[in-house]
Amino acid sequence: MDFFIELVVSALLLMGGIFVLLGSIGLLKMPDFYMRLHTPTKATTLGMGAILVACMLLTSYRSGGVSAHELLITIFLFITAPVSAMMLAKTALHLKVKIKKGSRNRDLAETAKHREPPSHAE
Amino acid sequence: MHILFPMPWQSIVLFTVWLLLNESIAPGHLVLAAFLAIGIPQLLRGTQDHPFRIQKPMLAVMYALKVLGDIVSANFEVAVQVLGPSKRLQPGFLAIPLDITGDFPITLLASTISLTPGTVSAEVSSDQKWLYVHALHLVDETASIREIKKRYEQPLKEIFGC
Repeated sequence: MDFFIELVVSALLLMGGIFVLLGSIGLLKMPDFYMRLHTPTKATTLGMGAILVACMLLTSYRSGGVSAHELLITIFLFITAPVSAMMLAKTALHLKVKIKKGSRNRDLAETAKHREPPSHAE
Repeated sequence: MHILFPMPWQSIVLFTVWLLLNESIAPGHLVLAAFLAIGIPQLLRGTQDHPFRIQKPMLAVMYALKVLGDIVSANFEVAVQVLGPSKRLQPGFLAIPLDITGDFPITLLASTISLTPGTVSAEVSSDQKWLYVHALHLVDETASIREIKKRYEQPLKEIFGC
């Protein structure tokens, strides 16, 4: 039983580590701010989730009870990650951060900044 | 009752979360949890203008599971995109026309979009009829909009009945 738990925990830790690493690589590698926003919101959230689930399994097994801290942290992370991503995107729209050349619908950034409906709507 | 608990559900959540965080039901923690469950909604009572009601709880659970699955697949997709050459990506902005109304359902939709494959929501138009989204790899604009509306907006509309 010990071996089995340890196997699952190490697999989760490894997966979490890989996803967090990939998220950071994406942050470094993507060409513009908006594209950089994508990897930390997704990859890092799941990576952290996997690490926290591993932690929860191990502490629950060791102490015999159920450890709920990690689950709560995961839920808080899932609630706050998209909100902070949206605030960052909003700030970028207002600061007119450079958008990669060749992006589609670059004009939408301007209407989004003013919170207007898109021009093709009328 | 209404004066003491302007947001009953939020009070219950606050109460249980506080006890779970401390992992105890000692009298001291119970008192503190009750204090927070009553006090925080009192401070926030002015901010909630549209009360919402979950019409179909089963559908809400199904939706949460579907989103969880999509988050996992989103990660594999993003992993491939990160490792592949970023020159091949075609980013772009999308304006999604919203059919749902109310602050909370729109917030949920925007958060779901941010956590699922290839899209991050950036802004909502002030009339709450358009959601602006940035996509990491935008191939077919109308198909992406249709997919998001069908996969996420439709169930939310049914859950909240709005």
